Amino acid sequence: MTTTRSWWKTGLGLFFTALMLFPVYWIVNVSLTKTSDLRKSPPNLLPLNPTLEGYTAALGQQLPHLTTSLILGVATVILTLVIAAPAGYAMSLLKLPGRNSLGFILLVAQMIPAVVMAMGFYAIYLRLGMLNTLPGLVLANSTVAVPFAVLLFRAFMSGIPLELLQAAKLDGAGVWRTFTMIVLPISRNSILTVSLFAFLWSWSDFIFASTLNRSGDLIPITLGIYKYIGNNTTQWNAIMATAVIASIPAAVLLVIAQRYVAAGVTAGAVKD
Amino acid sequence: MTMTHTAQRRQGVGEAGASATPTRKRRRPPSSRAAAALFAAPLVIYLLVFYAFPLYRNIDLSLHDYTLRAFVQGNAKFVGMDNYLAVFSSNTFGTALANTALFTAVSLVFQYVLGLGLAVFFRSSFRLSGVLRGLFLIPWLLPLIVSASAWSWMLNSDNGIVNSALVALGMEPLNWLTSPGLALTSVIIANIWLGIPFNLVILYSGLQNIPRDYYEAAALDGASSWQQFRSITFPLLRPVTAITLLLGLVYTLKVVDIIWIMTSGGPGDTSTTFATWSYREAFGTGTPDFSPAATVGNLLILIALAFGLLYLGIQKNQEES
Repeated sequence: MTTTRSWWKTGLGLFFTALMLFPVYWIVNVSLTKTSDLRKSPPNLLPLNPTLEGYTAALGQQLPHLTTSLILGVATVILTLVIAAPAGYAMSLLKLPGRNSLGFILLVAQMIPAVVMAMGFYAIYLRLGMLNTLPGLVLANSTVAVPFAVLLFRAFMSGIPLELLQAAKLDGAGVWRTFTMIVLPISRNSILTVSLFAFLWSWSDFIFASTLNRSGDLIPITLGIYKYIGNNTTQWNAIMATAVIASIPAAVLLVIAQRYVAAGVTAGAVKD
Repeated sequence: MTMTHTAQRRQGVGEAGASATPTRKRRRPPSSRAAAALFAAPLVIYLLVFYAFPLYRNIDLSLHDYTLRAFVQGNAKFVGMDNYLAVFSSNTFGTALANTALFTAVSLVFQYVLGLGLAVFFRSSFRLSGVLRGLFLIPWLLPLIVSASAWSWMLNSDNGIVNSALVALGMEPLNWLTSPGLALTSVIIANIWLGIPFNLVILYSGLQNIPRDYYEAAALDGASSWQQFRSITFPLLRPVTAITLLLGLVYTLKVVDIIWIMTSGGPGDTSTTFATWSYREAFGTGTPDFSPAATVGNLLILIALAFGLLYLGIQKNQEES
């Protein structure tokens, strides 16, 4: 009885998942379609005659943009961690005066629309000559991740047993040594969750790239795709091939770090 | 997921501990306060330079008449509230307000209902349930430009799969993205799809916190699944529901990418929201108009903050209860 019931549910689950992931399947399908078949009506439902035309075109033109996105992502992760981890430590274990107000400011900061931040950054970068530079884009991208990261670190580090810190103190460790030798290693999972999200957000960013880096030589992959759509609307197989390639980091991270993803989504949203 | 839960539970303990011993806090040596300040200093400087200053610049933009030239030279004329009056009396204002409200409300309702249905469905573990639930996260992790271009191509008037399906079913093909009556619907559909994973994850973890005994007791009393949902799941999930909807609201208000890539807010203003309006004024045309863009942006911040504070209030209430 139970087994039949559970198989019935698995079937329904597969159906829902297939429905949900159809657009994703469609990206892959179109990416493998011959240019001559793109305008066919009805379109080919299955990539029966797969071609790598799209991928060749995509890689030929978009490879530099992928490298740029990778550099931006890694730099954003580093900047985010450098700022957020010590701040999380200060706000939790070191009981920074005013930590609750600071926490409140960080929550509010997450609510500010990126388009508004983009305009502010544009105004500032224009004066400083930082438009179309990668450091400028890294700084802008990090504003999405830093408030989230600090709050996550604070929440996790508050749970580190004080006895551990007192033991370190007795051994003569100062706050800095305690931070690097005890707090950071214990916070490994939080560091991973923060890195994952900071990277994905930076990798997926479109608003900052399309405003602060509009005419730069080094553009990230998201802008590469956007310009692609604008330039040659006939080559949708190449656009979709680029989209597939651009989704690889997300797919890899999902496979190797699903629980960190779930942890990040729920962080701060659910209190029990 | 276990990690966050433990972390949050521990945080509760930590905070309770801190507030229970105010005397100890006062006696802490000044050196440790200094250390705390040093560790937090990068963040504080960061917030001032990269949050406060851009926001200040934005208010400044909205109170002056900035052309691109004035932007570079820095001699824009102070115009007070003129930009705000211009925005309020603009033809786009009413449309953008209605579109923002529709886009947000319809997206939220469907994302929530579908997310909750799926969360309840996945709650009873069956073969492959964990894997399938993981796969549901994919749309949320894809770069928005990828999802948006996929939807653009699927909804394409001449070559889209959606129209092919309609024709195969004997219906008329529709101009999803290019007809004034459908453009907003199209971006809403894509946005609902994007939001389902977020709702599913949060509601699912909310469901995990409802004790199984309740359901067992209800089942013993002969309550049907629907009765169990109505009298146990839904009421006990109310706090999580409030948080999910408000967070979703704050996120949805900010959405630019998906609309911009699919329709650019058009045709006309028919799918323009406040966020895309602001984006269009500043960056979407050849001649940037920063003052109206900043003005619309500031209005958007006010709306987001109002709901954001409501969210924080509700969350605080929950922590106290």
